[in-house]
Amino acid sequence: MSDVKTLATVWLDGCSGCHMSLLDMDERLIELSSQFRLVYSPLVDCKTFPEHVDVTLVEGAVASVDDLKKIRKIREHTRVLVSLGDCALTGNVSAMRNSCGVQLVMLRVYEQNADLQKQVPTVGVPALLERVRPVHEVVPVDVFVPGCPPSADTIYQVLSELLAGKVPTLEGVAHFG
Amino acid sequence: MSAEPNVRTLTINGEEISARSDQTILEAAREHNIAIPTLCHLEGLSEVGACRLCLVEVKGARRLLPACVTQVAEGMEVTTHNAKIDRYRTMILELFFAERNHVCSVCVANGNCELQSLSLQLGMTHVEIPYQYPQLPVDASHPRFTVDHNRCVLCTRCVRVCAEIEGANTWGVMGRGGQSLVITDLKQPWGDSETCTSCGKCVQVCPTGALFEKGRAGSKVRKHPEFLPYLRIMREGEQP
Repeated sequence: MSDVKTLATVWLDGCSGCHMSLLDMDERLIELSSQFRLVYSPLVDCKTFPEHVDVTLVEGAVASVDDLKKIRKIREHTRVLVSLGDCALTGNVSAMRNSCGVQLVMLRVYEQNADLQKQVPTVGVPALLERVRPVHEVVPVDVFVPGCPPSADTIYQVLSELLAGKVPTLEGVAHFG
Repeated sequence: MSAEPNVRTLTINGEEISARSDQTILEAAREHNIAIPTLCHLEGLSEVGACRLCLVEVKGARRLLPACVTQVAEGMEVTTHNAKIDRYRTMILELFFAERNHVCSVCVANGNCELQSLSLQLGMTHVEIPYQYPQLPVDASHPRFTVDHNRCVLCTRCVRVCAEIEGANTWGVMGRGGQSLVITDLKQPWGDSETCTSCGKCVQVCPTGALFEKGRAGSKVRKHPEFLPYLRIMREGEQP
């Protein structure tokens, strides 16, 4: 089976809705499953990103230093990088904090709205970037799939074409929101 | 009055068409089912050429011209679609999205927005221009309506409908360029406006989620700007 491609999915700053939509392909996942091997994903157990991946679907925006480190490494080891959904494409809800700045958000969440132990966490959690950024502002992206989330039909179309070695185009097919 | 001198013959995308001399390229094109995308244009309102999405190529002109405010001329050769025009239009759309905070997924107009449909229609899947993330106010002081400047594209349809159809002149524009804002009266809260008649025409003509009726979101936000031409025709009919 030389045609079996390696597939990875990553979850940066998003709500996991795009992954839910991916699972919403239902039985079509089984249909496609003979064509790919899922090597890295929040849905599987592998902890390190493999050396070479054919297709990586990225959900979420780049919001923390950890996201930044991850996406750079992923880009380096991925042949076709797919921005999946509005957060990866536009920043979407994740980037709504950009208008007021990260300090204010921290203050609001961990001090003003907290009842106990009011403190901004610094240990064991990655620092947030001053600005949430769409994936393509950080690394080059090959395929853009808009939608919040992109429908299962759209993801099926994208995935089928990618696994067939084609570069899908979503122009005129899917829009933001 | 002879009809003959009022007719102009021109070509749009190579197709020979006739138009009245007082018609714009956009009117002539639409009469012949030639599609040109628009955003600030609305049938029943005056033209301002603000959005630039209707840019077309006219042979002999050194730059692209907005079809909505360019009158037809004899022998004019118009091109409505080619690689250059398409690139410009996509760029204009990207500028709209990058200029303010258009977060479609949490917008009241999601699914009923002209900006969103245009991105689909023109095949814009992402925005290359860096987002500005400006900090903009939301004015919910009016008992029935809200203005969310984050979603405003400054098309000035609200300003025009308020002045030209309702005659209230409540809406205006302040500031320059990207800092412009649509305002009610002298930038008073909408709810305190003494000129606003609460007719809601501005809400109906707003192409995005910038103006919306309170308590409505998603599929309920469908707007009905199609009342305008009828209103115009009826009023003109009444004139002595």
